Amino acid sequence: MTASIWFGALEQGLLWGVMVLGVYITFRVLDFPDLTVDGSFTLGAAIAARIIFEGYNPWLGTALALVLGVTAGLITGFLNTRLRIAPLLSGILMMIALYSINLRVMGSKSMLSLLRMNTIFTDVAALGIPRDYAVFTLGLIVVALTCYLLYTFLLTEVGMAIRATGDNEQMIRSLGVNTNSTKVIGLALGNGLVALSGAMVAQYQSYCDVGMGIGMIVVGLASVIMGEVVIGNKTLLRTLIAVVIGSIIYRVVIALVMRLGLPTTDLKLFTAILVILAMSSPIIKEKFRPVKLKGR
Amino acid sequence: MLTLKGIRKTFNPGSVNERMALAGIDLELQTGDVVTLIGGNGAGKSTLLNAVAGVYPLDEGQIFIDQQEVDGLPEYVRASFIGRVFQDPMMGTAASMTIEENLAMALKRGMRRKLRRGVLKKDQEFFCEHLQLLGLGLENRLTTRVGLLSGGQRQALTLLMATLTPPKLLLLDEHTAALDPNTAEKVLELTELIINRYKLTTLMVTHNMEDALRIGNRTIMMHEGRTILDLGEKQRKNTCIPDLLEMFKKASGITMANDKMLLAN
Repeated sequence: MTASIWFGALEQGLLWGVMVLGVYITFRVLDFPDLTVDGSFTLGAAIAARIIFEGYNPWLGTALALVLGVTAGLITGFLNTRLRIAPLLSGILMMIALYSINLRVMGSKSMLSLLRMNTIFTDVAALGIPRDYAVFTLGLIVVALTCYLLYTFLLTEVGMAIRATGDNEQMIRSLGVNTNSTKVIGLALGNGLVALSGAMVAQYQSYCDVGMGIGMIVVGLASVIMGEVVIGNKTLLRTLIAVVIGSIIYRVVIALVMRLGLPTTDLKLFTAILVILAMSSPIIKEKFRPVKLKGR
Repeated sequence: MLTLKGIRKTFNPGSVNERMALAGIDLELQTGDVVTLIGGNGAGKSTLLNAVAGVYPLDEGQIFIDQQEVDGLPEYVRASFIGRVFQDPMMGTAASMTIEENLAMALKRGMRRKLRRGVLKKDQEFFCEHLQLLGLGLENRLTTRVGLLSGGQRQALTLLMATLTPPKLLLLDEHTAALDPNTAEKVLELTELIINRYKLTTLMVTHNMEDALRIGNRTIMMHEGRTILDLGEKQRKNTCIPDLLEMFKKASGITMANDKMLLAN
């Protein structure tokens, strides 16, 4: 019983890990606090669920999720770079717009059940992988592939320009990079991953709920921060792996807290407090540091 | 080489904070000219450099580089012929990226970025050669994050990055002002070395009168958005700092108790 809880946390950590990688791209690499994520996660879940619900191929639904997530990111980027709307507001506007769009995608239902339907996971299980390990296997493959591709991409000329945009925008512009383009590419990439993750999560839990993306940006942030604290961010590859491990740690912590008897409805409050503590830790440490003597 | 015609720029027009930064600048630089630019606070020196680089649009006027009109082009397009070093050592480099990554980005200045590996083996040797020129031992630290370097090291690196592919025009905006005196001197030496090596046309803002008269072949003084003094090579030879202050008083009509106004950065 206990073992299965930990294994479940591991599975979830991998599936949500793809979302966390997306948040890492926008929030950390691009330094863009992108709230689109809340909407694009559900968007990915909704399109995959609807495609499956209508009896089409689940892989098609998952691929479509990726494409629509990229599109959502492109629009947020357009709002920010072309229409000059502030980053935070661009994301909030997209998030709100996506709420209505997601309901339409789901056929005006707030919930779609995928019970006993064909998903990417049942397809993998059909290949001969034991049913209990199907989610883990596919999750691991997708996460590893995503990490590898991201790592390779971030070391290309375009990838470095995106990283530099988040680090020092004026500098990279003075070196001839159109930072509007790098921002749009980063947002598209990030939201594509988030939507892909949403599609996988919906198939994993066998339902899609229009509210399942609420607070996703905070979950992503909590995972990124925990991963960086535990594993570190010395090199790029290490940071990418840290981010995924952070996602797993987050799920383990949630599993622990639920075992302690916290109702699921309190999870978002708990996550928010977790992020507040992590983000304020430098100041808290400063306050409680023993007073140093001045001079030598 | 560089031609400015009637450049005007007013910040926050129509508001209480309205400030005319450039009040009609005409300037002509020949290829290979190294011009030092001096003037008090708010004289418009940095604004002029930023206007040339395309940081903000002009209210009026035209800018030509090698007969090509560039004033309509965005900053990132002009970057293909302009190299820049800023006053703040943090501004010119990406702290979270390594020395070789920063140099690789500089190597591609003004070129289209592709989906190809950013730092190549053959580039690394090229970077090492150039880093040796700095004499700071950075050639052995290619994979060190730039954030771990000192201000002076970062500024020297920025200088190298700005000139790695020699630009048509080099803009230096008080690039030694934020450094301690020793480091400033070292970076200035490097600056002269690199400028001479590639015969770079340069526009350098400085608050140091001595450097202004010593470096390059021409000194321009600005005041309230205008050029009030333009000394060529011969005139500069017979000019010392007190002369310069005297000329400032005459040209601007301001009497100063001391030279603080000019020396302040």
